[in-house]
Amino acid sequence: MSAPEETRAAVLDRIRAALGVASLDHARRTAVVRRLERHPRGTIPSRATRRGEERVALLTDMLTKQGADVSRVPTQKEAVGAIASYLGTCNLPPRLRMGADRVLAALPWREAWDIERSFGRAGPGDRASLSRAVVAAAETGTLFLVSGPDNPTTLNFLPEAHTILIAASDIVGSYEEAWDRVRAIYGQGTLPRTVNLISGPSRTADIEQTIVRGAHGPSRLLVLILG
Amino acid sequence: MGNGRQDFKTDAAHALADTALQKALQNVKRGFVVKREAARAKLPEFDTLREDARAIKDHTLSHLDLYLETYERKVAESGGSVHYAPTAADARAIILKLCQEAGAKLVTKGKSMVSEEIGLNAHLQAAKIEVVETDLGEYIVQLRGERPSHIIAPGIHLNKETIEADFRRAHHRLPRERRLDQAQYLVAEARKVLREKFLAADVGITGANLLIAETGSSVIVTNEGNGDLTSTLPRTHIVIASIEKIVPTLEDACTILRLLARSATGQEITTYTTFATGPRRDRDPDGPSAYHVVLLDNGRSEMLGNEFADMLRCIRCGACLNHCPVYGAIGGHAYGSVYPGPMGAVLTPQLQGIDRARDLPNASSFCGRCEAVCPMDIPLPDMMRTWRERDFARGNPPFSERLFLKMWAYAAKRPLVYHALANAIVLFMARRAGARGRLSRLPLAKAWTGTRDLPAPQGRTFHSLYTRARRRGRV
Repeated sequence: MSAPEETRAAVLDRIRAALGVASLDHARRTAVVRRLERHPRGTIPSRATRRGEERVALLTDMLTKQGADVSRVPTQKEAVGAIASYLGTCNLPPRLRMGADRVLAALPWREAWDIERSFGRAGPGDRASLSRAVVAAAETGTLFLVSGPDNPTTLNFLPEAHTILIAASDIVGSYEEAWDRVRAIYGQGTLPRTVNLISGPSRTADIEQTIVRGAHGPSRLLVLILG
Repeated sequence: MGNGRQDFKTDAAHALADTALQKALQNVKRGFVVKREAARAKLPEFDTLREDARAIKDHTLSHLDLYLETYERKVAESGGSVHYAPTAADARAIILKLCQEAGAKLVTKGKSMVSEEIGLNAHLQAAKIEVVETDLGEYIVQLRGERPSHIIAPGIHLNKETIEADFRRAHHRLPRERRLDQAQYLVAEARKVLREKFLAADVGITGANLLIAETGSSVIVTNEGNGDLTSTLPRTHIVIASIEKIVPTLEDACTILRLLARSATGQEITTYTTFATGPRRDRDPDGPSAYHVVLLDNGRSEMLGNEFADMLRCIRCGACLNHCPVYGAIGGHAYGSVYPGPMGAVLTPQLQGIDRARDLPNASSFCGRCEAVCPMDIPLPDMMRTWRERDFARGNPPFSERLFLKMWAYAAKRPLVYHALANAIVLFMARRAGARGRLSRLPLAKAWTGTRDLPAPQGRTFHSLYTRARRRGRV
């Protein structure tokens, strides 16, 4: 193996030779810079242009078909109630792992006094977790979760039952609109360590094409639409 | 790694006679083909997206050097590092070194065809590092010491009874009387066994479905969540990806993602689509503390300048395998290469040389279904034909085949000779077949009549019937 700088130059030179271009071609560089700055959108499916309640209905429908449980909770109080009853339905103890998300912290937890909450990254013993999605794209029922102390990534994958809260006002139509929301938080060209797009519970069809839930991640996903 | 099989025909014949394999292959049609069509029908914009995606890739490939430079800069800005690997051997050496520097004893892996291409597992194992595949299908084929038979469904050639036997053998410490006769029990057992590996791993290695220049992100799609546990829990995350996986922006990624799952499994989107950018940040409570990307060339830059450049648009959805009558009949292993089916028939000769893979581009009837379903509009049959021409020019086909083709070319260029010969042959075959209308043996056509009857022509060529009808004024 040769030095990293040499192998890098070798690959880039071979690409330029194959394309028949020079490294300092101004027009090519301009084309690339412009595309990255403008990040033009391609075709957006017409279903992603639905508005208001139709859009919420599309998100609900897609998630349900993909095996998630979806519940519309008009108030914060109902959100807490839905979490408590879901843990019961799943036959899980009333324990919940969650991050430092302010929207989640502001829920009226006294309404579900028996839920024991603990905070921080998930470990192997955590059976249920709660996260908040920053935005959701209705077109395929896809929730966008960003890593960080507010919503640690391990919450999304280690526990067997995962609850995700999304504010109705954070539901957009297309992936492109969702990314614009993410850009508004982190700035263009910058992302948190992980953005997880989640569209249902974990599943596999690797054995004879039979769909089985709970392959490695959560076998149950509850999505709460707040507002 | 491919071993440049010269025995494709023997393996294909064995595959056809393998009743368990034939039963398992029925799942390809039942699962993938039907579901893809349903998903495509539900998205009226599918064909427009296909044009968009093709344009994205064509633009990116013609500016590949510049997008790679941008991508590399963005990865560095987010705290990760990029390593270029001109060859498979370079990639293996880089990854082994990174694993050793991380003090790795146990490595978990997400599904990666590029890692199969470079023969990564054997290389790490030879250095006394335990490597565990975590995608369920990959885990099963690893237990069996096999390679994947399909690029997105590695264990599609297996029935659950076989997998049960493998699990009983591999997980021999678990109670013998446990139930494993249904997929759900097998999945639950794999979940339990692999969970311990996820938690204990020092390094996680994943592939990438896409790399994004705008943000320096690597994207993986999974349904199981195994790729995420692989990339989140260990101290070090290594991404192995080939250079053509890059796209400019998040918007470009969206367009391709809309086609990928629908073409692959017929899902609207996979359960998990993960954009990973660099190692854990200052305040992050989880995630790896080191993030590396190994960018593999291994022949791609050469393809960029030759007749196979279109192949670099491939997003590895597997639709061409699922719709190929040859793949459907023999499965993936008979191809003897990492990449089977039509996309493999184009890619393998580039990776291994046409001399070692000449049977693969010949294993096609040119029915064209692969090209019709390809979400990236790749002219697969044309490229297989180009390989056949190169193969012929290199003098690879056996003497008898070359002689036959020369004779055929001689006749085809001389209409009078051609019609006379065609008439004679058709008449000969019709006589020989008699009232049955089928031939069970025919000189020079043993390859056909060895396994099935050949329907015989009815005694006249189309051309002679047409000429006669015209003379009588009927057409």
